[in-house]
Amino acid sequence: MNTEFMVIDNMPVEINGERNILDVIRKAGIDLPTFCYYSELSVYGACRMCVVEDQWGTIQAACSTPPKAGMAIRTNTPRLRKYRKMILELLLSNHCRDCTTCEKNGKCKLQELAQRFGIKQVRFHNTSEDSELDTSSLCIVRDKSKCILCGDCVRMCNEVQNVGAIDFAFRGSKMCVSTAFDEPLANTKCVGCGQCSVVCPTGAIVVRNDTAKLWKELSDKNTKVIVQIAPAVRVGIGKELGFSEGQNVMGRVVAALRRIGFDEVFDTSTGADFTVLEEAEEFSKRLLTEDNLPLFTSCCPAWVRYAELNYPQLLKNISTCRSPMQMLASILKEHHREDEKRVVVVAVMPCTAKKQEAARDEFKEDGVPYVDYVITTQELIHLIKEANLIFTEIEPEAVDMPFGTTSGSGVIFGVTGGVTEAVIRRLSDDKSSFALRAIAFTGVRGMQGVKEARIDCNGREVKIAIVSGLKNADDLIRSIQKGEKQYDFVEVMSCPGGCIGGAGQPVTNRDGKYNRGAGLYNADRMSNIKRSEENPIIKELYDGMLKGKVHKLLHVNYLKPDRS
Amino acid sequence: MSEAVDNREMDEILQRYGYEKSCIIPILQETQARYRYLPKEAFSYLSENLGISTARIYSIATFYENFSLEQKGKYVIKICDGTACHVRKSIPILERLKNQLGLTADKVTTDDLMFTLETVSCLGACGLAPVLTVNDQVYPAMTPDKAQELLKRLKEEE
Repeated sequence: MNTEFMVIDNMPVEINGERNILDVIRKAGIDLPTFCYYSELSVYGACRMCVVEDQWGTIQAACSTPPKAGMAIRTNTPRLRKYRKMILELLLSNHCRDCTTCEKNGKCKLQELAQRFGIKQVRFHNTSEDSELDTSSLCIVRDKSKCILCGDCVRMCNEVQNVGAIDFAFRGSKMCVSTAFDEPLANTKCVGCGQCSVVCPTGAIVVRNDTAKLWKELSDKNTKVIVQIAPAVRVGIGKELGFSEGQNVMGRVVAALRRIGFDEVFDTSTGADFTVLEEAEEFSKRLLTEDNLPLFTSCCPAWVRYAELNYPQLLKNISTCRSPMQMLASILKEHHREDEKRVVVVAVMPCTAKKQEAARDEFKEDGVPYVDYVITTQELIHLIKEANLIFTEIEPEAVDMPFGTTSGSGVIFGVTGGVTEAVIRRLSDDKSSFALRAIAFTGVRGMQGVKEARIDCNGREVKIAIVSGLKNADDLIRSIQKGEKQYDFVEVMSCPGGCIGGAGQPVTNRDGKYNRGAGLYNADRMSNIKRSEENPIIKELYDGMLKGKVHKLLHVNYLKPDRS
Repeated sequence: MSEAVDNREMDEILQRYGYEKSCIIPILQETQARYRYLPKEAFSYLSENLGISTARIYSIATFYENFSLEQKGKYVIKICDGTACHVRKSIPILERLKNQLGLTADKVTTDDLMFTLETVSCLGACGLAPVLTVNDQVYPAMTPDKAQELLKRLKEEE
């Protein structure tokens, strides 16, 4: 059979199952501009930036037109250029144009396209209203005056995350993106995953920036500032600082943090090792009694929040293990209990929801949180830039002791399936390196939103599901409730692809996420300790500090909200 | 001030539509018919039972002019301001009623929840212009004086 092709700007281009001509055009090396198109979301066709012209002069949106063999279109004609400029000018005419003070400055799609199309003046009177900030959420900040109504956030919140906290409201010139009754975001079912901010092309939804308060702590001489770095950060931060996407730059991050003024630097992977041990033990116990199965993982705070809001009856199935960040933080605070200085624990996370988790009452002792500040990977980039550090010239350094040893199992927590793989490593009786490598082929790896694996555990077949994206989680829970599916262990990560695709990370695409995942698996391969239980600090602490305190420091009961 | 929503009444409405998501508009219409507006409390109940987010229901309710999120008066007066009624001087009628009731463009319902005053684009009774309706009862060929008289009568009926 002959290959089907269409003609783009006089160039034949093969059609290979693309959903729309936009994908074909982009494949041909033309970066047609869009505001409202994301391949993982439904097609909306609102921004009209991707318009193309056919041989009869008809103009259509490339994102919502399926390709047909023989079709001939042009992507760059005088008319199209004129239209695109007009759209940009109109968008800018009611947009707050204080770019220099905008959180999205330099990363704004509207700014970028205005630059690309050479918009030097806006002929229309600026009708933008004063910014109307919603700062109620601990995770994200909304500014309606910067919204261009592309609807990306709405579709992300509804289609991928099944949260539905925001939607369009009103119509015509009064149309806006709003919560029900324009309630503050904190009063809605928002779980703080922040994926809306990932797709927002402008500064209308941004991640909350807590760096100003942190700088104050860093310059306080009476405060000891301890920081922990989550697994996904090391592979997400490099691209914006001069390295390739997915490259593991942990050593440089550690060195940069010391230069910025952090007194001690640790790796959240150590906390993850404790999570593996505690969760594996909890799971083995539940397997014996067959109680509260499937066991749902508890590392992801957005997922925990989602379950609290939508499936309170499932809370007993969620592991009582604290998240790795909280485990390490409680260990650190316990260790420094007698310190003469005030000890502040900071966590660098790929995640926006962690900000909310850190503020939960369950994770406070006498009103003081175990984690005092959560900053995202993006905020760390701000810190590094503000400290005038040239990241590429920093010599890599190692994390501090005594909590400086980590295992490969802890590092892979940052990618979907990682928690499961780490727990399987712990549970499997065969401790050979062959068996360890074989786990990678049970179905736990890969960027799919839903994965299944079956393993043998003491002669019992254990059925495992791994989901990322809350819509996938919701569908899975429904099929379990209907009795269509049955599992023993379910790993849930709210962000598609796991923490590497967290909303606190610099924005990337599918390939970028794949590279970040590969970066973490590389780190695991290069790690001389593979299994969490082989991490020497684990044994040391269980015999020492944690004796009699395992429950107090490593577990949490989400069923009783005011446990602290 | 807001009337409590009776879940049993909501269930009745929902049952009539088989708890079908796609029937959200008729369900909202019936809710509004029952309470004369869409009470906020109804949103969460509908959301739970239909599996539609409250934000989406809010989106639908604010999209259509006919849905009201604010409590309406016992008598809803709609003054037609379509082309025919407009040229036959519907605006002076509106102004007179506004004055009499102490209402403005933003405040359309009296504090005692007796009267709501709205304009509509066309009632489809252009031959009777200018027209107004009170709770769907049509009053043809109105003048400011006749409207004031009508208002007086409605108040006396109470």
